[in-house]
Amino acid sequence: MFGYAVRRLAGAVPTIFVVITISFFMIRLAPGGPFDQERKVPPEVEANLAAAYHLDEPLIEQYGRYLANILQGDFGPSFRYRDFQVSELLRDGFPVSMQLGLAAMILAVTLGFLAGSLAALKRNTPGDVAVMGLAMTGIAVPNFVVAPLMTLILGVWLSLLPVGGWGGLNHAVLPVIALALPQIAAIARLTRGSMLEVLRADFIRTARAKGLSEGAMVTGHALKAAALPVLSYLGPATAGIITGSVVIEQIFGIPGIGRYFVQGALNRDYTLVMGVVIFYAGLIITLNLIVDLLYPLFDPRVRND
Amino acid sequence: MTELSLHEAVSPPRSPWRDALTRLLRNHAAVGSSIILVLIALACVLGPSFSGYEIDAIDWDNIQTSPDNRHLFGTDGNGRDLLVRVLIGGRISLALGIAATLVSVIIGVIWGALAGYLGGALDSLMMRVVDVLYALPFMFFVILLIVFFGRNPILMFVALGAVSWLDMARIVRGQTLSLKHRDFVRAAQAMGAPTGHVVRRHVIPNLLGPVVVFATLTVPQVILFESFLSFLGLGVQEPMTSWGVLISEGAESMESSPWMLVFPAAFLATTLFCLNFIGDGLRDALDPRDH
Repeated sequence: MFGYAVRRLAGAVPTIFVVITISFFMIRLAPGGPFDQERKVPPEVEANLAAAYHLDEPLIEQYGRYLANILQGDFGPSFRYRDFQVSELLRDGFPVSMQLGLAAMILAVTLGFLAGSLAALKRNTPGDVAVMGLAMTGIAVPNFVVAPLMTLILGVWLSLLPVGGWGGLNHAVLPVIALALPQIAAIARLTRGSMLEVLRADFIRTARAKGLSEGAMVTGHALKAAALPVLSYLGPATAGIITGSVVIEQIFGIPGIGRYFVQGALNRDYTLVMGVVIFYAGLIITLNLIVDLLYPLFDPRVRND
Repeated sequence: MTELSLHEAVSPPRSPWRDALTRLLRNHAAVGSSIILVLIALACVLGPSFSGYEIDAIDWDNIQTSPDNRHLFGTDGNGRDLLVRVLIGGRISLALGIAATLVSVIIGVIWGALAGYLGGALDSLMMRVVDVLYALPFMFFVILLIVFFGRNPILMFVALGAVSWLDMARIVRGQTLSLKHRDFVRAAQAMGAPTGHVVRRHVIPNLLGPVVVFATLTVPQVILFESFLSFLGLGVQEPMTSWGVLISEGAESMESSPWMLVFPAAFLATTLFCLNFIGDGLRDALDPRDH
């Protein structure tokens, strides 16, 4: 188990390394520099600026410095938010994004798993058809359409909830639902499929044959087995929620990392955009690692050794 | 018993593709979706020439007016006819979806088939690359690319295609691997069929099913992706438009003019619905194991 963890960790390092390298060279290849201005700067000032940001060194040295800085959590200064380090912006935004993402994740897993299991247990009933129809809607209608529509109906017309901002619990309702919706749909479909498969398995037939009630059979045997594919879907689901949060934070004006990312991209704030990419890549890789390490606890057939 | 065998004897031989088509035609959701999708595509391609409005023509007397006889979908904040803009935006969204899917099919099939067919160390290396790329938040890289190199439609569809080939490569590799060891392939080889014949007659037709199914499901993903980028202001630019751009504009002014959000959103959602239903229908038709 420990050896496996070390090996997986060793596997994750090159991936993060690739992310950082691609990001670094993309920024260098991009046309235009960070200090390009409309007014021509005197060559001495330009040279000073370049020296201050180490832009006059050989590329390979700059790359080494960039790597070393990132290992210390230093993503450099933001080009647009003057006087702010990218790591400061990330530190400010992350708690907000995490609350939003975590709440959406919990909602998605609970509701998706529940709806999917029920649909499978009541296969081909109107309830099953309704759940799967809704799930298809969740997959087909993007959250940047759902979010404004929900805001319009619940926020503007009915005035039940605030339409934007971040603060109390009622601010979180609409963004969390909008963010969770596609994942609820995906998890419900996944759970239904795996539950149908489990219900046909031999151990369920055995459980039924020894006279277990339907309820005991489901809670004692079927649910745990049906949850396995959902567990391995947690990695992609996290990536989906992080990507979705970019647009949701923008729509609802939530001061998280996602909004910085969009603003940074539109303002060509290279260091900020790259800081977000590297940070999120590291986060996704770490979360995937945790899921893989936990997997054997739920599925004894899989052993990490 | 005799009746049955007699019936079997006179019925013409049926190919697996014919069977699949029969199954597909029995799937009402898929058939209905295909019809709606064809109608939307036809409207997008032909509609703008019949509407009598240009994409950037400004009607100074009707700025941001609600739907009426003159402008069936109303006008936007610049007095441009929304119907024409939705239809032309649809052209862009559909074309990008299909083009990027083609890119992903080409890369994915070649990559997956090579890895699966050649096997060994090369296979592990190629799949390791896919695994590494899989772990990256790809959406962010597309955004990085667009930020750094400007918003160029060709770059965009290459980037979208390059993002979505990973699943295709995995599916094709798995399929190729299992086909290589199937009895009918071995039998063909044992009877002395040349490799080219085996690949053409036995491997490719069996790859085609999953590839078609997955490509159908990739198109809505790419369209969604493009809309996502456009919504953030990173996609198609004025005076051109796409459904994502229109939804973004509509969301900004939905309190005063909800029609600007509702029409493009309805077109996008209907298209995605149809493509998903068709994809599911194709999967059920081509892979009858679940029935």
